[in-house]
Amino acid sequence: MTPIFPKWTNRIPTLVAIGAPVVLVSAVLFVWYFFSPKWTDVGYAPKQPVAFSHQLHAGQMGMDCRYCHSTVERAAFAAIPPTETCMGCHSMVQAKSPRLQLVRDSYKTGKPIEWVKVHMLPEHAHFNHSIHVAQGVNCASCHGRIDQMKVVTQSKPLSMGWCLECHRNPVPNLVPKDQVTNLAYDSTKTGYDPTKDPHRQRGVNPPQHCSGCHY
Amino acid sequence: METSVTLANLEEHVEKRSPLVLGRETFSSVTNIVSQPMEMKTPKAWWICFLIALSALGVLGASIGYLFWEGVGVWGLNNRVGWAWDITNFVFWVGIGHAGTLISAILFLFRQKWRTSINRAAEAMTIFAVICALVFPGIHVGRVWVAYWLFPIPNQMAMWPNFRSPLLWDVFAVSTYFTVSTLFWFVGLIPDLATFRDRSKGLRKFIYGLFALGWRGSHRHWLNYERAYLILAALSTPLVLSVHTIVSFDFATSQLPGWHATIFPPYFVAGAIFSGFAMVINLMIICRWVFKLEHLVTMRHFENMAKIILLTGSMVGYAYGMEFFIAWYSGNPYERFIFISRATGPYAWAYWTMITCNVIIPQLFWSRKIRTNLWALFIISVFVNIGMWFERFVIIVTSLHRTFLPSSWAYFKPTIIDISTFIGSFGLFFTLFLLFVRFLPIVAISEVKTVMPDADPHGHDHDNSHAKKGAH
Repeated sequence: MTPIFPKWTNRIPTLVAIGAPVVLVSAVLFVWYFFSPKWTDVGYAPKQPVAFSHQLHAGQMGMDCRYCHSTVERAAFAAIPPTETCMGCHSMVQAKSPRLQLVRDSYKTGKPIEWVKVHMLPEHAHFNHSIHVAQGVNCASCHGRIDQMKVVTQSKPLSMGWCLECHRNPVPNLVPKDQVTNLAYDSTKTGYDPTKDPHRQRGVNPPQHCSGCHY
Repeated sequence: METSVTLANLEEHVEKRSPLVLGRETFSSVTNIVSQPMEMKTPKAWWICFLIALSALGVLGASIGYLFWEGVGVWGLNNRVGWAWDITNFVFWVGIGHAGTLISAILFLFRQKWRTSINRAAEAMTIFAVICALVFPGIHVGRVWVAYWLFPIPNQMAMWPNFRSPLLWDVFAVSTYFTVSTLFWFVGLIPDLATFRDRSKGLRKFIYGLFALGWRGSHRHWLNYERAYLILAALSTPLVLSVHTIVSFDFATSQLPGWHATIFPPYFVAGAIFSGFAMVINLMIICRWVFKLEHLVTMRHFENMAKIILLTGSMVGYAYGMEFFIAWYSGNPYERFIFISRATGPYAWAYWTMITCNVIIPQLFWSRKIRTNLWALFIISVFVNIGMWFERFVIIVTSLHRTFLPSSWAYFKPTIIDISTFIGSFGLFFTLFLLFVRFLPIVAISEVKTVMPDADPHGHDHDNSHAKKGAH
């Protein structure tokens, strides 16, 4: 009787026994890294309609974040400045620069500049800037060193697990309230202890339950 | 003549075991009988049935697709009744599976040799029913893209299933059940697959050979096979009890009157075996008639199954009564209210359908005439399955539609999509079952041979002389 299967097929069980764990572990590692916002979202740096450099404005010139993002202390959303804010300076500074043509057009027509949003959260996650600023979370904790970026780039994953990391252990990200917009402030170097800060009225106790953010 | 032969093994004599295979079949004729449906030219009737089943499966696919597109609003769910036909269907299908495992595992360990003619088809039924059941938890939130939340998979949300929730235990219970049942079924198939490898040619030979895993029928093979089968039977036995126990925990661990009851685990297990045997009877009556298996699947088999239905049906009836007793005896006004509402409220029609089908009609099986009448068996079994579907509907929907706060009371009405999803699940079941009867042996050939007189070393002593000599 001729065999149906050639002799090498006897090795299949061994090959499967060795191959299956290898494939399985690789698949897990692949998903673990490439499906994570660490890979999919970090580094997102879309081209903006106007080549606005945070490095120049916030870094070299030392403008405070709140000059433009004025609602950040009072509202959930950190406002994108209207064209009028730009023109406050640029009607005199670099008033003829061709790179600012779009800003001037927008000012004339009243049609806002369509900035591209970089830091995005899903709709079912409610993030409120005001409480985070009031509690002394440094801007850089979530946005990175914006003052060193020519093009705004997402530097943190903004995933739920990443949010929870800080909600579980917030102290390393907290700074004195007057240092919130000082992106270079490092509380590990200054030894800042928020629990001993007399200017804080509320304890450090961020929510970890579902409806803290999903409400 | 046929009836006398069929009835020949219904009587049990003290000095002689009744035969389980009738009509003086031999080893080779048994193989031929079972091979026939697989080796004949595909009959027209099979194609017609298959196309009907496949269309129903298409209806299932379309209903689920529409559900995913639109969300659970396409079902009749409302604020109060958040679980309805979806979970009813899930429990219904999981329950049906239990008979197959009981036949294949528990009856094997108890040396109930009559199981051999029906265990293959019953196990296939189990697997297909569990597949149908698994559809529903997967789709019941309408968001298939988050189905992986069912499993404890590390993810960027740092989100983990709640290990204290029976819903998570259910995921493990049902998936373990599916894995073990499939393995058990496959191991049991290996010797028969080898038979078909040797009987067929070309591609069929290759495919059967692939799954026969090089079976040559040597003594060592049989030794390993028997041991593996025994181990899997031992693994499956607790699953018969545990799976539906955990399904019942989905309800029993909540605080809802009508769900919060300690009687639920045994009550659910009995109900599962009850409905499963009814389904086995329905399927086996059709298979026996279509494939002419009268000598292998005898009236004795049906009578035994009818007895199990009578037993488990009475247990279920006792549980219904006990629920009412506790509602009164506990003095809990909410418990009392929900049970009075069941029997007299807006869903009384469903409650009395359940009582009629599950408690009253199976009592007819006290009569041997009815137990040995195929028409009666078939019709009563259909009623049992209708009743058991209604049992789950009554438990889930009537408990939910009334609650502590009368302002939120509601009435659930199924939509066309509810109905089409349920009908479609039968399409999935029968598509798989029809493929099974066409491509796999519906009777465990090698096992049936072990209960034939030919397998007995003294089988040739037809006059039973060795017993008279007192050799053993």
